[in-house]
Amino acid sequence: MQVTSPVRTPLITGGKTVHDVTEDVCRQVEGKPSKSWLMAFTVAGGVFIIGLLAVIATLWEGIGMWGLNKTVGWAWDITNFVWWVGIGHAGTLISAVLLLFRQKWRMAINRASEAMTIFAVICAAMFPILHMGRPWLGAYWALPLPNTFGSLWVNFNSPLLWDVFAISTYFSVSLVFWYLGLVPDFATIRDRATGIRRKIYGALSLGWDGAAKTWSRYESVSLILAGLATPLVLSVHTIVSFDFATSVIPGWHTTIFPPYFVAGAIFSGFAMVLTLMLVTRKVFKLEDYITIEHIELMNIIIIVTGSIVGIAYITEFFISWYSGVPAEQYAFFNRMQGPYWMAYWAMMTCNVISPQLFWIKKIRTSIAATFILSIVVNIGMWFERFVIIVTSLHRDYLPSSWVMFYPTIYDIGVYLFTFGLFFSAFLLFAKFFPVINMAEVKSIVKSSSEKTA
Amino acid sequence: MSNNQKTYWKGLEQLTNDPEYVKHADKEFPEYLPVSEQDPNSNSRRDFLKLMGFGIAAASLAACEAPVRKAIPYLNKPMDVDPSIPNYYASTYVNGGDAVSVVVKTREGRPIKIEGNKFSSVTMGGTNAQVEASVLSLYDKERLEGPMKGGQPTNWDTLDAEVIEKLEEIAAAGGQIALVSNSILSPTTNKAGSEFIAKYPTTKHITYDAISAYGISESNRRSFGTAMVPSYDFSKAKTIVSIGADFLGTWISPIEFTKQYSKTRKINEHHREMSRHFQFESNLSMTGANADYRTPIKPTDEGALVVSMYNAIAAKAGQAGVSAMASDATHMQQAVNELWAHKGESLVVAGSNDPNIQILVNGINSMLGNYGTTINTDSPVHFRKGNDADMAQFAKDLNAGNYSAVFFVDCNPIYDSPEGASVAAGLAKAGLTVSTSDRMTETAAAVEYVAPNHHFLEQWNDVELKEGHYSLVQPTIRPIFDTRQTPESFLKWAGNSVEYYSYLQDNWRSNFFNRQSDTSNFQTFWDKTLYDGVFEVGGSSKNLSFDAAAASTAAGSIAINYKAESTQYQLAIYSTVGIGDGSQGNNPWLQEMSDPVTKATWDNYITMSQADANELGISMREGNTEKVNLTVGGETMSVPVLIQPGQAVGTLGLALGYGRTMAGRVGNEVGVNAYPLVTKLDGANFYSVLAGVSVERTKESYKIAQTQTHQTYMGRENVIQEATLEEYKHDTGAGRWHPHVYKGGEFVAPGEVSLWKGHEYNNHHWGLTIDMNSCTGCSACTVACQAENNIPVVGKEEVLNRREMAWIRIDRYYSSANPEGGKKELEIAADNPEVTFQPMMCQHCNNAPCETVCPVAATTHSTEGLNQMTYNRCIGTRYCANNCPYKVRRFNWFKYHDNTQFDKNLSMNNDLGKMVLNPDVTVRARGVMEKCTMCVQRIQAGKLAAKREDRRPVDGEIEMACASACPADAIIFGDMKDPESKISKALHLKEKDGEVKVGEKRAYHVLEEINVNPNVWYFTKIRNKEKTEA
Repeated sequence: MQVTSPVRTPLITGGKTVHDVTEDVCRQVEGKPSKSWLMAFTVAGGVFIIGLLAVIATLWEGIGMWGLNKTVGWAWDITNFVWWVGIGHAGTLISAVLLLFRQKWRMAINRASEAMTIFAVICAAMFPILHMGRPWLGAYWALPLPNTFGSLWVNFNSPLLWDVFAISTYFSVSLVFWYLGLVPDFATIRDRATGIRRKIYGALSLGWDGAAKTWSRYESVSLILAGLATPLVLSVHTIVSFDFATSVIPGWHTTIFPPYFVAGAIFSGFAMVLTLMLVTRKVFKLEDYITIEHIELMNIIIIVTGSIVGIAYITEFFISWYSGVPAEQYAFFNRMQGPYWMAYWAMMTCNVISPQLFWIKKIRTSIAATFILSIVVNIGMWFERFVIIVTSLHRDYLPSSWVMFYPTIYDIGVYLFTFGLFFSAFLLFAKFFPVINMAEVKSIVKSSSEKTA
Repeated sequence: MSNNQKTYWKGLEQLTNDPEYVKHADKEFPEYLPVSEQDPNSNSRRDFLKLMGFGIAAASLAACEAPVRKAIPYLNKPMDVDPSIPNYYASTYVNGGDAVSVVVKTREGRPIKIEGNKFSSVTMGGTNAQVEASVLSLYDKERLEGPMKGGQPTNWDTLDAEVIEKLEEIAAAGGQIALVSNSILSPTTNKAGSEFIAKYPTTKHITYDAISAYGISESNRRSFGTAMVPSYDFSKAKTIVSIGADFLGTWISPIEFTKQYSKTRKINEHHREMSRHFQFESNLSMTGANADYRTPIKPTDEGALVVSMYNAIAAKAGQAGVSAMASDATHMQQAVNELWAHKGESLVVAGSNDPNIQILVNGINSMLGNYGTTINTDSPVHFRKGNDADMAQFAKDLNAGNYSAVFFVDCNPIYDSPEGASVAAGLAKAGLTVSTSDRMTETAAAVEYVAPNHHFLEQWNDVELKEGHYSLVQPTIRPIFDTRQTPESFLKWAGNSVEYYSYLQDNWRSNFFNRQSDTSNFQTFWDKTLYDGVFEVGGSSKNLSFDAAAASTAAGSIAINYKAESTQYQLAIYSTVGIGDGSQGNNPWLQEMSDPVTKATWDNYITMSQADANELGISMREGNTEKVNLTVGGETMSVPVLIQPGQAVGTLGLALGYGRTMAGRVGNEVGVNAYPLVTKLDGANFYSVLAGVSVERTKESYKIAQTQTHQTYMGRENVIQEATLEEYKHDTGAGRWHPHVYKGGEFVAPGEVSLWKGHEYNNHHWGLTIDMNSCTGCSACTVACQAENNIPVVGKEEVLNRREMAWIRIDRYYSSANPEGGKKELEIAADNPEVTFQPMMCQHCNNAPCETVCPVAATTHSTEGLNQMTYNRCIGTRYCANNCPYKVRRFNWFKYHDNTQFDKNLSMNNDLGKMVLNPDVTVRARGVMEKCTMCVQRIQAGKLAAKREDRRPVDGEIEMACASACPADAIIFGDMKDPESKISKALHLKEKDGEVKVGEKRAYHVLEEINVNPNVWYFTKIRNKEKTEA
């Protein structure tokens, strides 16, 4: 354990003691579901059911239910996929990268953001499966499984296959990392619980005994997993960007995509964490744990990544002109002035201009402004993927094939389905799992001998 | 079997002749059975229960056995029918006045594909979309299944008895009988008709054509004294002037003309000459799209143009002109000069059905000395023998109650003649009304008796395409329904119960056999004719001289008839390449065929110039347009507007063949019926409305399903490379665009930089060349591909959703209004654009971007250069389609077979329709990707046939469906490894340092700069123009 200078402003306010931490976090898990939680869960569940109808219709009738066509073979499906994967970046970044950088402020938010990562990746993974023409086969044919079809094997040249590996690796490491962190907290809840709950949390806590040796192993594994997860933060979206970068389509065929996608992913991930945390801290009264300082630090990361994204947009645009390739030039002209100009300018406004507002301290420490901008950023990031996918495809090389893409209610429905899934899962998590890493947070609570803020 | 002397024993007991065995040998179960009635000790109750138990079990087991359904046990295998081996029969496509010599491919006794008959000197192996699609009409469930009386099924005996009885009554009373038909091309059918007329002498035969060329035959009667439609030979013409004749698409004999025309458009480094084609027309026709110089004119300007041309030529010829009319048509003077410069090697044709126009055109051709060279009066064509005046008179007489009986012979005048309403109204006055239509058409539904004819693929017949050019119709399948051939019906009613086949043979024995000297055995002659499909003896010489007086009279009429009222619109009624006269309206392949020019499907519409649309305030984007109220004379109809570059300002175009009400589930209520708008001029059906046309905006929005909504090629030289003939003469590589990429300090060809190792082709390397100079855009290839490769029809809604399934499409590009303009301006087509047709199918890239991205390796490269698609392996991620720079991959968005939502996809949604499917090609499942396979099934079949004979496949033996359908020979398929193949020669393939180089300078790859290295080569478009212009 490294030592923190006592003159630093404390990360946890309100003079919380170690016991207060346990009480504050376990209160949600042990109490009855609150009215607001029930309402939120009903809404999320409702959205999930409505979306499920669209999913069933798609599976039953075919991909034709969506607005895709002969020229635009991907639209909302892969836009949503990339968007959700992007959102799923913040969790691991916060828990792994910031752990390695010894950023202790992450402790109050890493649990929830990791949960968010898991759920976002689950939502993301829906799309590669649902977008297949024959998901009942594709779901396992896309894996390199030994088979009885003779020498049939997957195509290791395909970026889609790389996606399969990248996403599944990321998901499993994130899941293990998240669960491992939960173990001591489950043990805390187990120790306070009785009856059936004690049995369940007992099973979940994997027999945690709180011994010094256990703690030591726990710390080591966390560090190892953090080391493993760190490259994944960079690799997942790099590989997702290869779906586009390795293709021949103007607007896709771009070497800048890997860093651009990673920055964009962290950007959108942090925005989503903010959106969720601002609500959680309010509803669960965790203002002392997730403080304005947390919010401010996250907003700074948003400025940084938002600016990287902005520079990437401008570079891309410059290169298209500088390359002298007419198709490339047209692709970017078309983004700005073509039929989907609104999507392009929505992206520019939301992603490049709006985060710059965080340079102003008043805005980056304002909860309301942060909440609004965090949503704006995610709208912008959705449009970014839409712009890349749809505006590049709908007018590519041969003008004879130029078309428009219009979403159907099923496109929207499947997107809603993932929203329903995400929020239902997150609400269940918030209710039944400790939303703050008690064990870690306790390490930064000032001991009684120190002066509290 | 008799040689089989082996003896089998039931067991050792039989071999040893065991007495115990011999005792029971005659019983079915020789060993002891525990059931015996004789044994008094047996427990009969238990035996009863045993037997009953066994009986019930046996009975229920027997009942469980699946019944054998639809098995075809061959007791004796029919000759020539080998499962999986196709047979080809020469036959003739006949539909109304159209006839084409064809070869029909049958599999297991089912005709599945129609190809052109190369032995025919008329169509020379070409087909068009309508011919290709006709095989689907055979399997249309909505054909009549048997004779009908008063809308109810009846049987032939009843029908015959009643018809004969009524005919005899009428004959006894001296009542008039009318036989109404389209042009009948069959000499033997005509003979049967004459027998009927001989039996009932009060019979009058009225011939009309849905799309009439009466103006031509009438003009020939007036100017030469012989009513006929001559043959034309475009191949001999160096200057071609067409005034509104869509001779490549719809006029008289488009396949023949395309074959001839394309010969004059083929160029290579040794032959740097091509014909020059001027087109003056109101609508942008497919022919106009191919013209070197095209001038949009109003229908009223046609008169002045023809008169002015006549006078200009007459002045050059030193002959008297006719009374002058001023024409300001651009390129007119140039056309006249070039016509005169190529006297005897030029051709002027006019599409107008006004005899006066045609007389002047005859005069022009006559002065140019084109008769005997490009115009052949020795072998006039028989396709359009209709007489509009007769038909009009018939309608009048019918309404006057002058006809007691009317027979509609395979025709549908209630729908497809301007007299339709009048005929329908007058029918009640005839006591006996009979139709021989093979389906419940508008006319068949209005008559008492329907004696349905066979489909042409089910019948024996003969056809005289042109004088002295015969073609036999041979059945390729037993009649599917209880139908009877029309001439047989007429013979029956005339009291001759002969079987039509022997009647036909007798006719040939007596009238045709003696016209040849190759053989003295009729059977040999018959067999050979049947094998060849055609019998050609040539026409008879006719000495004709042009009557100049007719020209003066004609000019006088023109001066009166062609007066423009400047404030109003004029309507130019035309027919489309796909639907034609509408008789095949229930054929979904034709309905979904994208129109060569407008690229629209499933509709007709008013074509309107941009200027007129601006004035009305109508705009069109992505097929979204408006309906307007079109008023012509007293008729008002609500029609959508399609903004058409090249449309003469102030004119509207509207296609015939739509708006059917009784075509069937596919063709009903598609578009509006334009036949009632056809007017009369000088006794002929006149397809322009010169006055009284108005358009009123309704603001009712409407969507026209187009397969291509973007009009221009955006100045992209990587897509379209073109030059003028002048430039080509100096440099055969003119118009080529050579992209370069930067590598190590210099600019090199894109092929020099590659991550790909290339493929080694040790056996074959299949390739395709497409000559954009020859391609007329006719789309025969697209329907041929649809038939060959089981491509589903998706319907209008799905075409609107941009999900048509065509494996080969024809991209049609207009030149931009402002080629130097910005990117937005490039999108706008010129008012009178240059048009380029570019057939586009899978390019079978050697460095295929689709192959690398498929996660499951469902699309792979073959050892022969094909990019192949494994449907079974495809999981439908569509990544390949996204990454295809040519956008030729097609996805099965829905299940198109056995799905009531796609019931217009006739070939996959009922048992009868499914008979047209090519058994060599998989019907694709929902959720898989598909695309052009280069007809891999044909390649495999060809290779197999060659292997069986222990030889290499011969060039030309294997042919892709699109290439063999192409009437312009624009597509060459072949093995690029075979130095003697047509494709190797066309590309001038030369091997240098182990690398094969393409020597032909016109050949280019579309999108060369991305180096996907296709196996499909395009040849630059060369226009015979002085300079490029918009």
